[in-house]
Amino acid sequence: MTPLTGYLLVAALLFSIGLAGALTRRNAILVLIGIELMLNAANLNLIAFWRYGPHPEALTGMMFAIFSIAVAAAEAAVGLGLVIQIHRHAHTTDLDRMNRMRG
Amino acid sequence: MSFVFYVLAAITLAGALAAVLLKNTVHCALALTVAFAGLALLFLELDAQFAGFAQILVYIGAVAILVVFAILLTKGSETPKDGVYSKNWLAGLVIAAGVFAVLGWAVLQSAAVLPHESAKPEVTVLQIGNALMGRYVLPLEIVALLLTAALIGAVIVAMHEKEGAE
Repeated sequence: MTPLTGYLLVAALLFSIGLAGALTRRNAILVLIGIELMLNAANLNLIAFWRYGPHPEALTGMMFAIFSIAVAAAEAAVGLGLVIQIHRHAHTTDLDRMNRMRG
Repeated sequence: MSFVFYVLAAITLAGALAAVLLKNTVHCALALTVAFAGLALLFLELDAQFAGFAQILVYIGAVAILVVFAILLTKGSETPKDGVYSKNWLAGLVIAAGVFAVLGWAVLQSAAVLPHESAKPEVTVLQIGNALMGRYVLPLEIVALLLTAALIGAVIVAMHEKEGAE
């Protein structure tokens, strides 16, 4: 097994764990945690391909990962702000009980 | 494959599994921090020092703290009586397992054609700074705009609406 294959398999497993968390948990914050794990798995893929790809000095994969980290930070801030506002409105973060668009 | 890689991969995956499986939400946030730290160490193992330290600063320093704040502000640390998993958890588990099966199959099938350069890349922070200010200056400005918009948006979304209600 080459090193790149190992990193790709770890990233695939991490992505699947995040997806399982996002699909099975009821708490909206835990769903956001699952989404963060999936984004991180993608970052690991980008860095691994940058490291073992033919032109690491072009920095393409590294730049993708850095911008992806910045976008994930923005996503986390807005997502958690939405969860706090929904909790203030509906007094729950249970996604199974959030079944109305109108408060 | 080095011994360090296996240890770091085990730490990362154990943290991720605990973040998804634990019942107490605060424990989940702490396990998430472990998974982020493991990922940062994996980045360092991949000779991506800048990305590793950015991961520590942004994820452990900001996102994990933000998650803990959100949990405490929403009383999410109380375990609900009727279970922590959604009604259709089995379907979610099957979908996740299917996605992993497809991804793992694709990686193992294409193992022969994947690049495997082993030379350690000599990349300094100076080069990264030059690239950010040169070739990637437009994406950098767009990300700056996005972060400003997200900051203002998050504050407006989470703000009390007492003035508008009267």
